[in-house]
Amino acid sequence: MTHVVVDPVTRIEGHLRIEAEVDGGAVKEAWSSSTMFRGIELILRGRDPRDAWAFAQRICGVCTTVHAIASIRAVEKAIGATPPPNARLLRNLIMAAQNVQDHVIHFYHLHALDWVDIVNAMSADPAKTASLAQSLSDWPLSSVTYFSGMQDRLKAFVQRGQLGIFANAYWGHPAYKLPPEANLMAFAHYLEALDWQRRFIKIHAILGGKNPHLQSFLVGGMATPVDPDSQSALNMETIAALQKLVVDGRDFVSRVYLPDVLAIASFYKDWASIGAGVGNYMSYGDYPMDDSEHPELFIPSGIIHGRDLTKIGTVDPAKVTEQITHSWYTYTEGNDAALNPFKGETNPNYTGPKPPYQLLDVAQKYSWLKSPRYDGAPMEVGPLARMLIAYGSGRPTRAKQLVDTALSTLKVGPEALFSTLGRVAARAIEAQVLVESMDMWVQGLADNMGRRDYRIQDNAKWDPSTWPADCFGYGLHEAPRGSLGHWVHINKGAIVNYQCVVPSTWNAGPRDAEGQPGPYEASLTGTPVAKPDQPLEILRTVHSFDPCMACGVHVVDAMKRELARVRVM
Amino acid sequence: MNGLNLREELEQRGISRRDFLGFCASMATIMGLPGATSAIAAAVENETRPILVWLEFQDCAGNTESFLRASHPTVADLVLDTISLNYHETLMAAAGSQAVSALDETVKNNKGKYIALVEGSVPTGADGAYCTIGGRSALDIVREVCGGAAATIAVGTCAAFGGIPAAAPNPTGALSVADAAPGLQNLINMSACPANAENITALIVYYLTLKRWPPLDQYRRPLFAYGASIHDGCERRAHFDTGQYVEAWGDEGHRHGYCLYKMGCKGPATSQNCPTVKWNEGTNWPIGCGHPCIGCAEPNFWDTMTPFYGRLPNVAGFDVGGWVDTVGLSLTGLAAAGVVAHGVIQAVRHRHETDKDQAESKK
Repeated sequence: MTHVVVDPVTRIEGHLRIEAEVDGGAVKEAWSSSTMFRGIELILRGRDPRDAWAFAQRICGVCTTVHAIASIRAVEKAIGATPPPNARLLRNLIMAAQNVQDHVIHFYHLHALDWVDIVNAMSADPAKTASLAQSLSDWPLSSVTYFSGMQDRLKAFVQRGQLGIFANAYWGHPAYKLPPEANLMAFAHYLEALDWQRRFIKIHAILGGKNPHLQSFLVGGMATPVDPDSQSALNMETIAALQKLVVDGRDFVSRVYLPDVLAIASFYKDWASIGAGVGNYMSYGDYPMDDSEHPELFIPSGIIHGRDLTKIGTVDPAKVTEQITHSWYTYTEGNDAALNPFKGETNPNYTGPKPPYQLLDVAQKYSWLKSPRYDGAPMEVGPLARMLIAYGSGRPTRAKQLVDTALSTLKVGPEALFSTLGRVAARAIEAQVLVESMDMWVQGLADNMGRRDYRIQDNAKWDPSTWPADCFGYGLHEAPRGSLGHWVHINKGAIVNYQCVVPSTWNAGPRDAEGQPGPYEASLTGTPVAKPDQPLEILRTVHSFDPCMACGVHVVDAMKRELARVRVM
Repeated sequence: MNGLNLREELEQRGISRRDFLGFCASMATIMGLPGATSAIAAAVENETRPILVWLEFQDCAGNTESFLRASHPTVADLVLDTISLNYHETLMAAAGSQAVSALDETVKNNKGKYIALVEGSVPTGADGAYCTIGGRSALDIVREVCGGAAATIAVGTCAAFGGIPAAAPNPTGALSVADAAPGLQNLINMSACPANAENITALIVYYLTLKRWPPLDQYRRPLFAYGASIHDGCERRAHFDTGQYVEAWGDEGHRHGYCLYKMGCKGPATSQNCPTVKWNEGTNWPIGCGHPCIGCAEPNFWDTMTPFYGRLPNVAGFDVGGWVDTVGLSLTGLAAAGVVAHGVIQAVRHRHETDKDQAESKK
């Protein structure tokens, strides 16, 4: 038995530590720990709820829109504000752009190096690489000359001896299975994706002023003016610019990202039966298609228990609870209580080893993450959950179609989806579905301009004097990494209590009161480990969830605890 | 080293001399050094790759993401390539003990030669347990790594000034790099939330070109990026001066680019080059998108600039009074009133900073 510690888990957002017992070449048991805490929700208390989105947004600069969206939705629900149709369309576009860009960056820059051996690409035959690339799609950058140039560049980089971010990695590890040509193609696309993400995200600059940390959100709508007859508003020029960016984005996803994922997956089919995890999946659903109180959602909501795709249950936010049995917090109701976020309390209370430390005491408390549960059960959230629910419910039809195509391309059945590889494929499929949907929302904005509907904001609810004196609200969102909820209590125009239950808390949380592991922990059990001192396979499964740890850690103090707001002058 | 300099490297990657000089010219503009294009080109071409390490503590990775957006495609990317980035948790291939040893070896073998970039604040509460990496506290790491660096760049407002973790009531005892590791050599604050990629790149090129670090303001921020207020360079300034304000979201004035002052804009109290450099390859910036500036480059902005939709004079520290209403009511002498009002703001701001400096010096 070998005790393996991976800390820091790199190529993620935030600070994650994995401890695992490895025996007989596989993980017997694993523990996931988040090792950073800021307390943003505590900082939010006493503040103007209209400011909350900007604070909450800073929970994460990678998924830089998601907490802003959840925050304005929560406050809107509490105060009764109704965003006009243009705001819905602007938000849908911003959300879709975030998901698509995030998925591409995750695959190429955060996850690919778990599957792709960069050093091995130096021995590739550029001609065979070109044939491979041309067999996958008609992407124009796939000539022999192009790959030959890429290889020269790589060789020059390696030969100069300063490997920088590629130093000290696991090159040559026996778990790398790609032929040199696939490695070279992936290296080229790693660099292309770096350029692509910067261009594609100009959609956010147009609609939000800048990225990261867009600045156009408002409680009750959006700050981005819409007027085809002004040069200081979204007009036909910007509509055309958005259309162009969407087309370019779709081009890269459909001709590079999705084909790459399927090609690489074909060499790693054993990973279609590794890393399944808890087997329960949840999605709140998102991308409202109309402006009614209960709109149709483009990405559907639903619950799957025990991998049963034939029964898609409905989601009730009242069944969401959080536990702190193994988290560095206390509850007034006791260590094993499970609290709904509206009654949530979080008192940070570090009881782990004093740094510097070697090992955590995993029998006790071992993470800054809490353990969210739905009706007492752990849930996996994220692209795989969403695509499974889409697959099971048959909508959107494009998602079902793409999942079927991927399965038949890889010659595997639907059971292969419940795996590390399933997560990687679902993310790429979702990117394709969403990037194809964006044009419809751009067109929606243009149609509203045609009808001279330039409304962007529910101004009637801007002034806090129009709000109920005491109100509660929650805002749900499907972020790139999964189901996100913010819960807020507002009294006399100020925040009393604010709580976030976040995708990476669902997925990366520690064991609960009953000892049930969270999805990371469950999925690592059984993961093969060829070399315990080079735990590449552990990274594969953990990275397949796209960890985002700063998002996962949150704190709200006991509602009854009086907090003096100190202004720093 | 294989002896390739940047110029040769660029040629090998198909970047023409003309493209390269274009990049250098844009860098010269950002740094406020018109005419320095050839000097920058010469300096960058002859420079060997300096070693950088990028540390992340109480962060959101927003500055890392911003860095990935560095514009002037390909060339900016290549300039990053000419730096040896030996440690960056979000980007590096190695993990766990291999990642830790990459940092340890860099620090040990290059003492006094490498540049440290820090993203995120440093917590001091709970014996450092609010942020640990490889079992070590952020406080421990920042002191060792930045203490051995030739220079430290605090990227983003959290590292520069404590940022959001340090906002009231600062639950974790979060500190800026300057306060967490006192007495560092060559500490430069690149504030903003996040820092603009163009400014980060410009700072590195400035150093490679001129072999020194740029002059700084009283908050240790380079003057080339933080030397003027947002308000002074704002494209909507004429509307301020003539008393044309947005009164409600989506109204006629909002759709036609009027001044956002009454909606809470903090541009008059904020120094940064957003109006000229803009964001995402010059695509846009917050005010261009119809939303007020929130003052994100300034120390303690989460406390001093909130509520974000409150008018600047009503924000703590800027108690000027309701003169904007006077401006709005009076149709005569609007421009004059606007100029006077602006002068008052600047004077108050100066006083605020002076008071702060005095408070600092009493510590």
